[in-house]
Amino acid sequence: MKRAVLGAAALGGAGVGAWRWLSSRRTTARTRRAASRWLVVTVNRRPDEVVPGGRLPEPLARLGDAVEVRVREAPGGRGTELAARPLAPVPTGVTEVLARLGGEDPRQAVRRALRESRCLVETGEVLRADKTVTTRPTPAGRLVDLAVERAGGEGRL
Amino acid sequence: MKALCWQGVNELSVENVPDPRVINDQDAIVKVGLTTTCGSDLHLLGGYIPAMRAGDVIGHEFLGEIVEVGPEVRRHKVGDRVVVTSFIGCGRCWYCENDLWSACDNSNTNPAIGEMLYGRAPGGIYGYSHAMGEYKGSHAQYVRVPFADFGAFSVPDEVSDLDALFCSDAAPTGWMGAELGGVKPGDVVAVWGCGAVGQVAARAAMLLGAERVIAIDRYPERLTMTERHVGAETIDYTRTDVIAELLERSGGRGPDVCIEAVGMEAHSAGPHHLYDKVKQRMGLELDRPVAVREAIYACRKGGSVFVLGVFAGLVDKFPLGAIMNKGLTFRAAQQHGQRYVPRLLDLVSRGELRLAHMATHTMPLYEAPRGYDLFKNKKDGCVRAVFRPWA
Ligand SMILES: NC(=O)c1ccc[n+]([C@@H]2O[C@H](COP(=O)([O-])OP(=O)(O)OC[C@H]3O[C@@H](n4cnc5c(N)ncnc54)[C@H](O)[C@@H]3O)[C@@H](O)[C@H]2O)c1
Ligand SMILES: [Zn+2]
Ligand SMILES: [Zn+2]
Repeated sequence: MKRAVLGAAALGGAGVGAWRWLSSRRTTARTRRAASRWLVVTVNRRPDEVVPGGRLPEPLARLGDAVEVRVREAPGGRGTELAARPLAPVPTGVTEVLARLGGEDPRQAVRRALRESRCLVETGEVLRADKTVTTRPTPAGRLVDLAVERAGGEGRL
Repeated sequence: MKALCWQGVNELSVENVPDPRVINDQDAIVKVGLTTTCGSDLHLLGGYIPAMRAGDVIGHEFLGEIVEVGPEVRRHKVGDRVVVTSFIGCGRCWYCENDLWSACDNSNTNPAIGEMLYGRAPGGIYGYSHAMGEYKGSHAQYVRVPFADFGAFSVPDEVSDLDALFCSDAAPTGWMGAELGGVKPGDVVAVWGCGAVGQVAARAAMLLGAERVIAIDRYPERLTMTERHVGAETIDYTRTDVIAELLERSGGRGPDVCIEAVGMEAHSAGPHHLYDKVKQRMGLELDRPVAVREAIYACRKGGSVFVLGVFAGLVDKFPLGAIMNKGLTFRAAQQHGQRYVPRLLDLVSRGELRLAHMATHTMPLYEAPRGYDLFKNKKDGCVRAVFRPWA
């Protein structure tokens, strides 16, 4: 029992984050705004290295016509701002929550592609995680599993 | 292979887990020679760090031999004796290029968790919760080292394994506190905590020219060790009023630089300790910032406070008024190890920095749960328990 309570406390921080993520979508105006927002990463390379000859980095190119992409030089020699957003309508409200939990929000694929593109252009490869396995399934552990499964496509990006 | 797994709050066990393999072309596999406990692991053990799962291999401060390299590893070959920094840095993102390695943009494979908690994700680290990337820790026979050209450093022959080991995490952390804290010749520097991190911070302050370095703790053996091996003065905070003592020793000004090397489980004798502890247990306050508060209060006007201790979330009663009204510089970081390792190895090889003495207990990996008990409860004078996975 003690362990379960402490486990929940340990996840308290993550819980706060998730709550804010869900509750910050309440007002529809904000939601509509969020749905059309560009998702952006800054890549530490010049624009001609990020999109040589106008060719998108492979992870983003794979999304094809599903996304629109914008590229511009970052200020102060910080490289290139690579922005993308899905063309398909983005779910809002309750549907959004369900889509995100189910991994079906189109922005998840865009976030993942942007992160992978940055890593690929900067380092030459897309870093993969270690395969880790649990020794004992617990409720807190399952929450971690879900968070990890969605982690590449979620977040504030 | 054998590895030490986190099984739940205050529960560790040695298990058989799959061997790591080269996944990315820039990976190396290191056969672990030595791997040590770190104060940060205690926060994992205590359940204060989010996103741990039963079975996670912990440990992040280690040394070993390269036994396999991916096809794109350029600076290392099989057989190299290397110390590996605890934070994984890609070496080519804006943060790595600007020597902010623990903020690497590409090394955290689970960025969403950090972004949700902190607004942006920190870099990846071995064996330190899924919020910091999906990496098995070093308390194991082998470990996968991504971006090996940037994280693994060859150890010069004249540097012993035990000295080099701490160049992975404790030493660069301590050094960073003094250097980024802005220690200058003539400064009076106070360091909270005489664990491995605090001891190195104190030594670094001396090497950077501080006039007086005062280290604070309550364990007599740690205070004595800091006096003998580091050469710093000490204060036992259970025997005196730390702030009054620091004022007296700094001509009534307060220390120029205050370095906190204690972290979120700080101990204190005062009633606010109980308050913090209760709130922390109830999940209302994640971290207990006792030493941070004291450092801010003690610091001279216009001075600088550097937090090396790990904090995970929210704190209570944070003296922002003191920072604002005294015009302090307040800074903190996870360690930017890659920035300091070559210099530290050099200092060690010239005998200016001694580290091996901090390994008070060395034992085979299968005794690691006992090692953590010694380290956590500071039993038998333990400063660091070091494991040998192949013994
Ligand atoms: N920033 C980083 O990248 C980084 C890297 C390594 C470790 N750390 C952190 O640094 C901290 C220290 O690590 P360590 O391995 O030396 O741990 P440790 O547990 O060996 O040492 C902590 C010391 O702080 C002392 N202490 C507790 N309360 C105190 C107080 N109120 N005033 C003064 N001293 C007090 C303890 O007695 C102990 O000796 C931990 O929080 C750890 O997580 C940070
Ligand atoms: Zn550490
Ligand atoms: Zn990087």
